[in-house]
Amino acid sequence: MSKTMEPDLHEPSAGIPRPSSQKEWKHPSDHWMRGFILDNRASLGTLGVFIVMMAVFIVANPTVFTTWYLYRSVLTTLPVALFVVVPLVFVVTCGEIDLSFPATMGFASWVFALVVQAGYDPFLGIFAALITGTLLGFLVGSLVVYGGLSSLIATLGMNFLLRGLIQIINEGKSTALTSLSDSWAYTIFSSQVLGVPVQIFWAIGFVVLSAMLYNRHRFGAQVRVVGDNPDSAQQMGIDVKRVRVKVFVFVGIGAAIAGTFSVMINFTWWPTAGDGYLLPVLASVFVGGTPTWGGIGTVVGGAIGAVTVSFIQTGVVAAGLSGFYVQFFNGLIIILSLLGHKWNQARYR
Amino acid sequence: MAERLIELRDISKSYGHVYALGGVNLSVDRGEVVGLIGDNGAGKSTLIKILSGVVKPTSGEILVRGKPVTGWSAARSRDAGIETVFQDRALAVQQTIVRNIFMGRELTGFMGFLRVNKEIEEASRLMREIGFTSKVFTPQSIVGQLSGGERQGVAIARAIYKQAELIVLDEPTTALSLTETAKVFHFVRQVRASGRSILFIGHNIHHVFDIADRFVVLDRGKIALTTDRSQVKSAEELINFMEEVAHPGGLAGLHDAGDAEQRAR
Repeated sequence: MSKTMEPDLHEPSAGIPRPSSQKEWKHPSDHWMRGFILDNRASLGTLGVFIVMMAVFIVANPTVFTTWYLYRSVLTTLPVALFVVVPLVFVVTCGEIDLSFPATMGFASWVFALVVQAGYDPFLGIFAALITGTLLGFLVGSLVVYGGLSSLIATLGMNFLLRGLIQIINEGKSTALTSLSDSWAYTIFSSQVLGVPVQIFWAIGFVVLSAMLYNRHRFGAQVRVVGDNPDSAQQMGIDVKRVRVKVFVFVGIGAAIAGTFSVMINFTWWPTAGDGYLLPVLASVFVGGTPTWGGIGTVVGGAIGAVTVSFIQTGVVAAGLSGFYVQFFNGLIIILSLLGHKWNQARYR
Repeated sequence: MAERLIELRDISKSYGHVYALGGVNLSVDRGEVVGLIGDNGAGKSTLIKILSGVVKPTSGEILVRGKPVTGWSAARSRDAGIETVFQDRALAVQQTIVRNIFMGRELTGFMGFLRVNKEIEEASRLMREIGFTSKVFTPQSIVGQLSGGERQGVAIARAIYKQAELIVLDEPTTALSLTETAKVFHFVRQVRASGRSILFIGHNIHHVFDIADRFVVLDRGKIALTTDRSQVKSAEELINFMEEVAHPGGLAGLHDAGDAEQRAR
């Protein structure tokens, strides 16, 4: 460090010599690994829960848990959850909640199914689904933010409303999309590479990009500040309402991708598409270590939470227990994770 | 004479039938430290909120460097070089010091991604500038881990970034310990030494007295007194004046100076 910095430190020029670390900013935990662990304690805690859970499963039934088939089936459906868990981390960080994503998944994938059924290229269908998701996200977000409504109730209402619209128009009928398997879109988004479902690569890419958006982008920074203290964000010139609408739009986009992927896995669109994701996805966000009070969160933790939740069902059954145990273990993992995070997290507000 | 930075002319603010401010004139020159004092409910906070654009006045005129402005808002106020350290400090306590300093004006590069290293560098420079350094925290420490005085330091660092010309400090020493208060005054002196203007709001007259070049006493929505430091002999004189204003007719005579001092605290 140069000499010019010295006068600002207000150190006596003579007397007890100060350690050299005085001259530059130094965290009390100097070692990079300690800093890394402190910065990522929530997601590392989630990873710990996942590893312990898997260890228990493997001990319970080594033969099943060492076959690739089990992992492949999880990796096929997991991406669908990841595409909504990640945007939901943004929403929860912003101090809001969005329960309308299952209907948005259904609605956007319905548009995708309609476009494909009409004989257009699936890429056009994906584009149309993304537009639909964006618009629905904007609609839900505007309703909550500009209507000044509670996001918990308003998005629950929108979930019923949109799902109801789907049901009224389709009268419970599903749409089979057999032509999908020959298309380029299917090869790119839903086939397998060396036995690994290709969806998972897209999902990992999405998680990495979103983590950068969350931690290293102005959008993520403003989402965190708004969730932390909306009044001061406003006083410092942040358009708080705009940021809030944006997170709902992000969920809409994620839900559209998720819905489209789920249709491409099954070659069929059901009027209930997306419905089953509501509770597991919400659980994943909180199992992942994002607290309910806003301002902080972890995208990577949320992703690991989604992996954990996906493995519970498969794991319980594969470990030799009957399907009746699934809900019990779901609950057990959620409660244990919350207790773990409570212990693991310093709360400043 | 120094350049006039900002001038509020005949500012009134009413909430329904209740007048918070009734025709207040206030100006701050370049490099000047103005102490705005007054009892609770005198209208200090309302005046500050008008100055920082958070509240719109019912009537009156605002002039920046001699020119009248229209469409005054929080953003316009910041653009004009006025930074406010609000009474509640307006910090996001779960975020790092860096994130708080750059709140609302993040340094971004490619596609809106943050220039994290540049931000840390700038924050370090800023914090050194006001002597806000420590062995126990870094620009990347979480604000919630800091003491009250240190948090005030973050709020002040945020205010002096971008070479703000007028720093408004709204009751910066409220609820702080003695050493923390001393720290805040250390920051304030650093800011003053760098040639910036300060509008210091407080109801502890002793604090204001130590630091201001000029005093403005506000009472029930009106300016009761404007005086230079040189014309006031002691803080007690100001306190007596305020007692006089608050209770016309010699109630002040009932108290000796020490008693009045107690009340001011």
